[in-house]
Amino acid sequence: MPAGLLELHMEVMVNGKSVNTEEGAAVLDVIQSLNLDPAHVVAELNGDIVPREAFAGTGLSPEDKLELVRLVGGG
Amino acid sequence: MALRIAGRDFSSRLLMGTGKFPSPTVMAQSLEASGSEIVTVALRRVDITNPEGDILAAIDRERYLLLPNTSGARDAEEALRLARLARAAGCGDWIKLEVTPDPRYLLPDPLETLKAAKMMLKEKFIVLPYINADPILAKYLEEAGTATVMPLGAPIGTNKGLKTRDNVEIIIEQSQVPVVVDAGLGAPSDAALCMELGADAVLVNTAIASAEDPVGMARAFRGAVVAGRDAYDAGLPAQARTASASSPLTGFLREEGDALRNDS
Repeated sequence: MPAGLLELHMEVMVNGKSVNTEEGAAVLDVIQSLNLDPAHVVAELNGDIVPREAFAGTGLSPEDKLELVRLVGGG
Repeated sequence: MALRIAGRDFSSRLLMGTGKFPSPTVMAQSLEASGSEIVTVALRRVDITNPEGDILAAIDRERYLLLPNTSGARDAEEALRLARLARAAGCGDWIKLEVTPDPRYLLPDPLETLKAAKMMLKEKFIVLPYINADPILAKYLEEAGTATVMPLGAPIGTNKGLKTRDNVEIIIEQSQVPVVVDAGLGAPSDAALCMELGADAVLVNTAIASAEDPVGMARAFRGAVVAGRDAYDAGLPAQARTASASSPLTGFLREEGDALRNDS
């Protein structure tokens, strides 16, 4: 990005919390910015599951609702 | 003979849960000690403010079949959503269907469970439904096409044992799919009893994870499940109301005609 160009921020909801990200960010960018391993995360965007291979190619819009889910211990 | 579920054979009849362990290491060691081949996991939101280590790191997916559960689901729609997320997590089509809206007793909602099972079966999931020990509900689920039925022994985490024995016996008698007694089993003897009654498998989590020595308890449950199944296969003898001597009734070391004490 050329020096001096403003980064446009947008707000999306991630797991019910407001998160700031760059305009035009993809699902993968949000996952990585949270220091999560994409291989161990499942993503659901506005109620629809995003396949892992589509993380990089699925762009986000303002007010989007992203759910990031993982496997945990359970009975 | 192996345990067969959805066309796959397993040598272990002990399924294990992975919750409540003191650490992922102890959980992995307990899994190893249990001999289990099918292991349940849950799906939860990542804590984005504090992402922790991943349970998958502690479970070798080449060795164990991961069985995600729909715990947290309060109705059929939520259960279906979790099943789809589990599939997207790479867990395949196997799903433990669990709809437990009431947190005090965590009893499975029968109507939502049956509804969810039918929805999931339409989407080609392999459904293992957790239910109360209701023989009629078990039959509905079997007829809908579930891979097993999984009646509870007692509410989750109570360690009360097989409180639902009579109904579980009816389910075992009538079921054409494997019966896995799941929840509430608190001691290896509980698991052995289920197997002696003819259950195909048991699922244990709390009793192992909350034991003083989870690894030792996993080993104990492993032995109990094998013992119970061996006993069932060997044909348990019937109970009797009165005694029948184990030692011969002749050749006693006394004169013939000597009366037994109190015999007049």
